[in-house]
Parts: sequence; structure tokens; C-alpha cells
Amino acid sequence: MSEAKTDLVDVQIDGVWHRFPKGTRMIEACRQAGVEVPHYCYHPKLTSPGNCRMCLVEMGLPPRPAPGAEAPEPDEDGHLPISWMPRPVIACANTVGPNMGIRTTGPLTEECRKGVMEFLLANHPLDCPICDQAGECSLQEFSVEHGKGESRFREQKVKKPKNVDVGPRIRLDDERCIMCSRCIRFTDEIADDPVLGFTDRGSHTVLTVYPGRELANNYSLNTVDICPVGALTSNDFRFQMRVWFMRETHTIDTNCATGCNITVFSRQNKIYRITPRQNNEVNSDWMPDSHRLNYHWIESEARLTDPLVKEGGHHRIADWSEALATAADRLSSLKGGEIAVIASARMTNEELLLVKRLAKQLKAGHLDTVARTGEADGYLISSDRNPNTNGAKLILGLENPGSGIAAIQRGIEEGRIKGLLVLQENIVDEAGFSPELLGKLDFLLSTYPIANATADASHLVLPGACWAEKSGTMINATGRLQRLNKAVDAPGQTFEPWEIVRDLIQATGGGNGVHAVTDIFKQLTAEVEAFAGLTWGQIGDLGLPLLETDVTIPLLEREKQRIASGLIVG
Amino acid sequence: MSGISYKSGREPHPKEHRVVFRNVDREGWDTSLATYLGEGGYEQWKKALQLPRQEIIDAVKQSGLRGRGGAGFPCGVKWGFIPPTNTKPVYLICNADESEPGTFKDRYILHQDPHQLLEGMAISCFAVGANLAYIYIREEFPEAAVIVEKAIAEAHEKGLLGKNILGSGFDLDIFVHRGAGAYICGEETGLIESLEGKRPYPRIKPPYFPAAMGLYLCPTIVNNVETLCHVKHILEIGAEAWAKTGTPNNTGTRILCVSGDVQKPGYFEVEVGKVTLGEVINEMCGGLKPGRSLKAVIPGGSSAKVLRAGDVYSVGRGDDARELTLWDIPMDFDTLAACGSMAGSGGVIVIDDSRPISWVLNNINGFYAHESCGQCTPCREGTLWMKKITDRLVAGQASPSDIDTLYGVAKNIDGRTICAFGEACAWPTESFIEKFRDELTSDTRPELEGAIVNSETLTAAAGL
Amino acid sequence: MSLAVPTALEKEIDDRITHYPVSKRSAVLPVLHLLQHQFGHITEEAIEWTAAKLELEPIKVLEVVTFYPGFRQEAPGKYHIRVCRTLSCAMAGSYELMDSLCEKTGIDRSGVTHHHPIAVSPDGKYSIEFAECLASCGFGPVCMVNDDFHEKVSDADSLLSQYSK
Ligand SMILES: Cc1cc2nc3c(=O)[nH]c(=O)nc-3n(C[C@H](O)[C@H](O)[C@H](O)COP(=O)(O)O)c2cc1C
Ligand code: SF4
Ligand code: SF4
Ligand code: FES
Ligand code: FES
Repeated sequence: MSEAKTDLVDVQIDGVWHRFPKGTRMIEACRQAGVEVPHYCYHPKLTSPGNCRMCLVEMGLPPRPAPGAEAPEPDEDGHLPISWMPRPVIACANTVGPNMGIRTTGPLTEECRKGVMEFLLANHPLDCPICDQAGECSLQEFSVEHGKGESRFREQKVKKPKNVDVGPRIRLDDERCIMCSRCIRFTDEIADDPVLGFTDRGSHTVLTVYPGRELANNYSLNTVDICPVGALTSNDFRFQMRVWFMRETHTIDTNCATGCNITVFSRQNKIYRITPRQNNEVNSDWMPDSHRLNYHWIESEARLTDPLVKEGGHHRIADWSEALATAADRLSSLKGGEIAVIASARMTNEELLLVKRLAKQLKAGHLDTVARTGEADGYLISSDRNPNTNGAKLILGLENPGSGIAAIQRGIEEGRIKGLLVLQENIVDEAGFSPELLGKLDFLLSTYPIANATADASHLVLPGACWAEKSGTMINATGRLQRLNKAVDAPGQTFEPWEIVRDLIQATGGGNGVHAVTDIFKQLTAEVEAFAGLTWGQIGDLGLPLLETDVTIPLLEREKQRIASGLIVG
Repeated sequence: MSGISYKSGREPHPKEHRVVFRNVDREGWDTSLATYLGEGGYEQWKKALQLPRQEIIDAVKQSGLRGRGGAGFPCGVKWGFIPPTNTKPVYLICNADESEPGTFKDRYILHQDPHQLLEGMAISCFAVGANLAYIYIREEFPEAAVIVEKAIAEAHEKGLLGKNILGSGFDLDIFVHRGAGAYICGEETGLIESLEGKRPYPRIKPPYFPAAMGLYLCPTIVNNVETLCHVKHILEIGAEAWAKTGTPNNTGTRILCVSGDVQKPGYFEVEVGKVTLGEVINEMCGGLKPGRSLKAVIPGGSSAKVLRAGDVYSVGRGDDARELTLWDIPMDFDTLAACGSMAGSGGVIVIDDSRPISWVLNNINGFYAHESCGQCTPCREGTLWMKKITDRLVAGQASPSDIDTLYGVAKNIDGRTICAFGEACAWPTESFIEKFRDELTSDTRPELEGAIVNSETLTAAAGL
Repeated sequence: MSLAVPTALEKEIDDRITHYPVSKRSAVLPVLHLLQHQFGHITEEAIEWTAAKLELEPIKVLEVVTFYPGFRQEAPGKYHIRVCRTLSCAMAGSYELMDSLCEKTGIDRSGVTHHHPIAVSPDGKYSIEFAECLASCGFGPVCMVNDDFHEKVSDADSLLSQYSK
């Protein structure tokens, strides 16, 4: 047998020989060979109960010669013949072995799948037209492929609870539940909040939240994502939009320095839903509810949609050319040392590169960002609530972002600083600048997506796009370079911050015009050592490690342990 | 069995060979340690403690003892599955869940001869290196739990259990664990989950073979009550002598439990393969009821495939090839398997011509629908579906194609589930339809073909 | 509301828990048995008491309680009767026995469902349910009254007369 010296084994999948590390789960081997085995209960990040039986496949091994009989001859490639087992096996929990054969098609496998589908649909309410999961329901998907045309089930269906509030954000329809136990395993194994369980038994088994308790932990909505059917639904998303109408944008969460990979679902510039996107180096398959749901403000009435110029104590709408001219005019009357720039660690690397240029061009005496911290949750949420602190350090050359804020406050207080540019921050509410203090300035310019106290105090307010409306790169807490991708258009006359900063540079003294964020990225690769040699495309959907840090993500560390102990595939 | 007398009306049948049931229904016998010691009790335990462990395992292997709990797996071979490199603690569990319909044997050992079981268990624990063992007793045997616990306490007192037993340096604790009314706790991995305090959901195998990853994920040997008792006798008379009882590959004695349509139902310990089904029914059980004829026999607990009266079974190969009527079938593992059924748990259910087959099958389906743990799809959905079809069948609300559906449902469960309950629940339906299709069909109404039997299921498969 | 567990019972429970040196969780069944024996059925308080005692999440106890028919979540009568429903006993007349026991005790089983298997007599003295094979199939019909076992029960009256107080 042509078993390599390493622990690779030869496995025949649907007639074609492949080679996999010994111990690979059959379902993963098939996936690597480009064959998707349908499954419900299996999830690589959770333990495998093998309960749905959807992944049954035909399996074979070399024939065991009867005692005294000749051993079978290998063929010219060294493969032995395969004798197929009469009983199917589950691909999700069994592992590949030497000279194993797997058939994911053929009469036995097909019969098994049809049978399981028929069973799952027997007591299912078949209410797809009014189900939220329609379009991304694995039951619906597989039943089209593997189901029987019409049901032989002529009996009364089992009645179960419907429309149960299992927590503040989630509702449960037990008649749709296929008892795959994914949600239970998630709450037990990942969220450490075991409030879900099965009660009763047999066909009467129901998924239940313990009476008087709630599925309320900050990771609860992940259960909705992994529920293969429409049994668990999100109150935030329910009945909002059919999934097939929506556009999907792969981007990252900017609520903290972890930078969970996410997919933004939108239609006609409205965000309907955010879900985690798998990245085993960042957020695995999960994300916190608080981050996932922090998007409704994007379509708030309070969005800034036009540049505003203050006249006689009141803001009036201006167009961009007037706004930029005003900025140039007011800044030209100030000396470099009298100008301070406060940027944001929520800005992309590209934006920060332009910020650095602007500050340099203005010869600004101060340049800093606002630090934003909170408690780390021991799962995914970082204590650093800025998504790009590492970018701010690297590109602006800040050793300790936020440490210069006090000096700026003092400078204003003492009249040394007369002009302040606040880029994508609200320093009144988030950096301790009082409106009185800001009142001492000759010129205050701020950019921000939404009306705020700093804007109120500003002479010139520029509407800057929020994270969902812009593209660029960021460096997360572990030093990973990741891409932010624009999901929706910003409202009104709002510009992406890099465009605003570029225009400010041009208005205050020229500079080369960049027309795309990728152009700035190219400049980064030329100007910032760590970026040398990188291309935009290389970063891809999953990012790449850029900086060495000693930061780890607790949830991922635990996941690694479970992988090492063989509990999960990972 | 000289000198032993049995309670009047409870005497063993002359064709019996009492080993494990020697003291059941015995005149003057009680469950005390003193009584047991009075007849050489725990002598084999003392002997075992002096033996190399492997010697005991080899003896059990040599004896050919096959599990009496249902699957008939060779006991010594199972013990040998504990990984040789194992460094974890090893546990032994006695399966006293006795819940396969038609089976009533372990209860008498628990109620009347607990020390025999404890001695068998102790020897087995020593052989496999277990210092902690449990007896999983079904909840419906409350008295048995009390009796066995008392026996354990007595044995402790006499230093036969506990620390440093009889100065051997070997420690052993045995505890009783009571179930709570679930057939699935008889399935060994369901039992283990139950003993761990969880829902008794059977585990997937691989990887959770109990001998490698059982209780608390440590190597665990699960054996039936009757199996463990035999270990004592193998040691007592020697593997070779023990293997002389019974028939080749079907050695020893086993207890048959007969119920249903016979004159005198009951339990009988016989040499495996030495009595035929006909002898069991006609001689041991006094025959069928007056004026009745035999319709069918379920030979090994309700999960075993049914045998139809009047059928001829071809068994054996080559020189040994024979044709047997149902009456001639010797009650052993291999022949019953060759007849397309199994010896199972030893529960023989006799069905005469007064019983409608649809009623019998419906009763059995009711059992499995009630007992499915509900963990895996085919069994969870299929057991209740099968019951609902036979509910309609007995109510005259089924059409001929329902029989095909019923058969299809059973086939879709069989071989595709997590645990052997899948086969256990599918085999009755499969075999009853294979053997009695005409009778079942005669209970259906062709005019119901295509008719709506449950308006509620009309819900269109919209979108699907 | 918390459960008032008598000291002696709690001691017994603590003693039972020592039978499971590897994992306290294993003691779920014995603890529930002892509580049910004391209180007649398993209440929500009993579930929470057990969970606290064994340092488990209450859902893990509820999952177990609801799985097993041996644990009742509703109060039974003073005498709880379990009649074997399975094949051999059914052949021996257990359905007829059930009917006649119900008739004699005035129990109405029409409301019995999978989730509520127990029916209680109007005076609360008797309750009844079907059980699956009680492992005495040769001597059916078989039933249990509380912890007592009865074989070949041919006459409901003589059975009930033993539990008339
Ligand atoms: C559904 C199911 C129920 C079972 N019930 C019992 C039982 O009540 N008692 C028993 O000893 N074995 C029972 N078994 C068999 C056990 O899983 C196991 O094989 C047996 O206890 C091993 O003991 P043995 O080798 O001594 O027979 C059952 C198996 C299945 C699949
Ligand atoms: S609710 Fe969804 S995830 Fe949970 S067990 Fe049911 S089908 Fe599976
Ligand atoms: S086959 Fe039935 S009893 Fe066994 S695990 Fe599956 S559902 Fe449970
Ligand atoms: S995916 Fe559910 S059994 Fe394999
Ligand atoms: S069928 Fe009633 S005790 Fe077995």
C-alpha cells in the first residue's frame, strides 16, 4: 500500500483517490475533495453528537481475507480493492483510514438521505412561505435535492410550543426544530451559559429554555446563525427581509480591536442584518450580540448629511466647495504650532496616512487619537474598543495613543492652541473636552457621521462616513491586517473620511490627488515598512498577520485546546 | 442438585439445568450472607484474588461465555478490548435494567440470590482491574435495590468488599444505581450517560466504545446480571467443564423466559441449544391453550424478529445443513440467527391463533414509540410514525399502501441510527410484514387509498 | 420558594452522593428519587434544590426529570398504580385490568397525554398510569402499587382492597 511515511492515508472518494492526514473526519476529507456531504448537527466548532444522520455515506475498507486465504493484490498504484460495508456510516464523526473508500452518491447514500429528509419533514409544519429562514434553511435546501416528491406521512403531527420567547433577542418555534442540539452545544461549550436543553423524550422532545431563565448572554444570536432551520429567529431581523433579496458585503466589525469578521446584509443602502463570518484567527464563527446589533444608528434621523458652517451661533448648510474654502481660509490664519489634530483609531490605515500628511502640511503641533477602553469579556471583546489602535500607532507613530489629549486640552486652556481638527471623533462626549473649553478656539473643525456635542461646538462640521460606508484596512489587536469593505452608500453629501482628508490637504496647500483608497494603500506599502511588498488583493477576505503582538483572543485559545484534545475539528 | 428442594409448585422442570438459578425458589434459601456462605459462597472470590488476572480473563474466553443481555457478544473478548496501554481507572457496570419486553430473569437473581451476583461481579472486577463498580437496577425493582444494597453492606462488613479485600491489597466498591423508567438505559452507552447524570442518550460508536471510552470516558465493562453470575461458575468448575454444558459456540446454560399464549409460562434455565422451541412450549410450558394453534413466536425479547408457525428454516451448511420447523429449532444463539431471528435476551413470547397480528404489532410499536430516546432522527420520528400507522390499522382506518409505508419506515430506521434501538424497533415491523403481510393487509380498507385520514396533515408542502 | 428538606433526608442525600466519587453529577437520579419519595413528586423547587446541591445548571436537572417516566411532575394519589401495558401483559388482560381499576376508583383517563400520563381519582386516593414491561411477563397482568409488586392480577377489587385505608 502506498502509505506515505508521514501519517497520510489514501482515501477513495467517489472513485477518485486522495490523500489526507490520518484522523481527518470523513466529512472534512470529502469537503477538501470538493464534495459537500449534507449535514445538520455537525458543526466543526462544536462536539459531534451524530444525531441528525443526514451525513450517512457508504464506506468500505480492504477486504479481510479469510484465515489461510490469499491477501488481495494491490493495483499498480498500490491501492487495494475496497469491500463496501452494507451499513452506512456517519461522515461527521468517523475518521478516514488507510485504503478507505467513501461513496457520497449511489443508491444507499441517496436512500439514506431521502429517508432522513422524510423523517425530518414528517412532523415539520411546512410553513416555508412565512418562515424567516426561507432561502437559507438547510432543510429546505436539502429537501429540494434529496427529499421525496411527496410525503407518505398521513398522521397527526406532534404539537409543540410555537413563538416562545427564549430571550430578549430570540424567539423559538419548536415545531420547526429538528433537534440537532447545535444551539444547546453552543451555549454549553462556547458561551458557558447552559440555559437551553431538551425536555421530554422521543418524538415529543422539545427544546426548552429553563423556566424563568433567559437565553440572554451576549453571544446568544450566534445560536440563530447556527440553527440549520428557522426554529430560532432573531427579533431584530424577523420578517424584515427575504434573504435572497439582500446584498452581502464581507467586512469587519469595528466595535473593538478584535475586528470580528462579518457579513453585512443590505438592500438599497439599508442594513438589515450583520452575521459573523468565519475567521479562525480572529473570531472563529462567532460575534457578540452587542456588536452585531450596533448598526441601527446608521440610518438615524440625526445623521449629518451636509457640511455645516456656523454663522452667528447657528449652523447652516453649505456645499463642499464652500466648506473646504472656509477650512483653508481659517487654517491659513493660524500658525502650525497653534493647530492640533485629533484623529480617530476608528479610522483606516489609509485615512490615517492622509491624516499624517495633513498634520505635516499644517505643521500641526499636536497629533493624537482618542483612546477608548472597556472591560474585556473573556471571549471576543477586547478591552481596546478602537478597531485600529495598532494602525494609529504604526502610521501616526504614536507610542501611546490618547496620551497627548491632556496636553491639547491644556494648550487650548492656555490659549496656545487656537485651531483644532477633530476627525471622526466626538471629543466632548468621549475625550472630556467641555463645550466651554472648545469655545476658546478660533477654529474648530470636526468630522463625524452623526450629530453630536462636538459638532455643535464646531465652526465647521463635515459629514464623514461611518464604518459601513467606507473601505480600507485596519490592524486588529493581535496585529492582523484586515479589510473593511463598504457595504452601503453614505447619506446625502457625506464623504468617506479619506476623501475629506485628501480634500483638506489639497485645500490647504496641494498634494497629489488620490482617487481610490487602493491608491493610498499602495502609498502605504511604499512609506510604511511593515506594509512593504503587500498588495490589496493579498489581504483578501480573511486578512493576514502583519505585526507581532502578545495579544491573544481568549475564545480562540479555548478553541485551540478543544481541537488539540480531539473534541472538535476546528 | 441433590439435597436441594424447591418451593412447591416452583420446582424446576426436569429438562432444566440449574446453575445461575440454582437457588431461585429454593426451599429454606434466603438472601443473607450467612446462607450464601453456608454453601461455599465467596470461595471463588477468595480463589480469584490469588490468581493472575489474565488467567481469569483467559478462562472466561475459553469458556466461550456469550453475553446474556441481548447481543450474545463473547464476554472474554469484550474484556480484552480494554486498551493494554490504559492508565485510566477501569469501571465495571452490571446491567440490571432488565426491560426488554418478554424478559424476566435478572429480577430473580437480584431478589433471591444477590450474593451470587456480587461474587461474580467481584471476580470480574478483579480480572479487568476495576476498583469501582455499579449495579444499574431499573427503577421498577425497588425491593431488589434494597436487597442488593443490604447484601453489599454485609459483604463489606465481612471484608469481602471494600479496602484491601482479605489482605489481597485489592480494593473494590460496588454501589447500586437506580434507573427511573427508561428502556434505553439498558443500552450500554445510554446506561453510562444515565449513570453520569445526563439524559440517557446513547453515544456514537466509534469513538465511544465503552471498553475504551465508557463511564467518565474511562474503560468500562458493561455486562448483564446473568453473564456476571456465570463468571463465578466458570471459576468454580473450570472453563473446560463449564464449556461442556450447552453446545459448541453456544456454551453454558441460559435462562429462557416464556410468556404469552402457553399453559404455564415461566422461567427455565437450560443448556444452550439442548432444548428445542417445541420442547420449551409443549413440555416445559405445558403446551398451548386448549383448542388453540400456534401462530408465531418471538424468540428473544420483543426486538427479535418473529418466527411464523408452519415455516421451514434452512440452517447449517454442508454436512450440517438441515431443515427445521419452528418446533425443532434448538434454542441457541447461532441457530436462531440462522433462522433470521436472534436469541436476544432469552424472552420467548408465544402467540396463538386468537391474536390478530395487527394488534400484536401495534402493542410492540407502542412500546418503542414510548421508549425511543429521541436523539437521532430516524428512530425519533420513525417509531411514533410506525405506531400511528398501526394505530390506524387496528382502528380500521388504514389502506393497503399504509402497509408499504410502514415497511418503508422501518427499513429507513434499520441500520441508520446511533444505537441498536434502531434495529430493535424496526425488526418487529419488518418481520411481521414479511411474515404476515396477507393478514395485515386484510385489516386494511382499499377504499381509504388516497383518502384523507387526517385532515390536519393536508397542510400543503408549500415551498418544499 | 425553596424546598424544606428535612435534615435526616439531606444527610441521606449527602451519603448517597459519596457513592459517586468521580462526579457529583452522577447523583442526579438518586437525589431525585429521594426527593420524590419524600414529597410525592418532583416540583420546580426540588429541581432547583437538586441543581444547587450538585452544582449543576437547573436545565440539566430538568432535562433528566422530564426524560424519565419514573419522575412525576404532578402529584399522584396516595396509592399510585402502574399497570403494565406491554405485549405479554396485554395478552394476559392488562387493558381490561386498567379499565376495571379506573371504573372502580372513578378515575377518568380521557385527559391522559404523553405529557400528562397520570390520572388521579376524584378523591385523590388513587392515581394510575400505564407502564411499559415491568419484567414479569410470564405472570401478567402485572402492576405496581407504590413500591409493591403484583402479578397475575385478575381482580381489581381484591387488589384495591389491599389499599383501601
Ligand atoms: C435498546 C437496548 C436495550 C437493552 N437493554 C438491555 C437490558 O435491559 N439489559 C441488558 O443486560 N442488556 C441490555 N441491552 C444490551 C446492552 O447494550 C449490552 O449489550 C449488555 O448489557 C452487555 O452485556 P452482556 O454482554 O453481558 O450481554 C440493551 C441493548 C439495547 C440496544
Ligand atoms: S433550535 Fe435549531 S439549533 Fe437548536 S436544536 Fe433546534 S434545530 Fe438545532
Ligand atoms: S436509535 Fe433511538 S434510542 Fe438509539 S439513540 Fe437514536 S433515537 Fe435514541
Ligand atoms: S451531521 Fe448529523 S449525524 Fe453527521
Ligand atoms: S409485558 Fe408486562 S411485565 Fe413484561
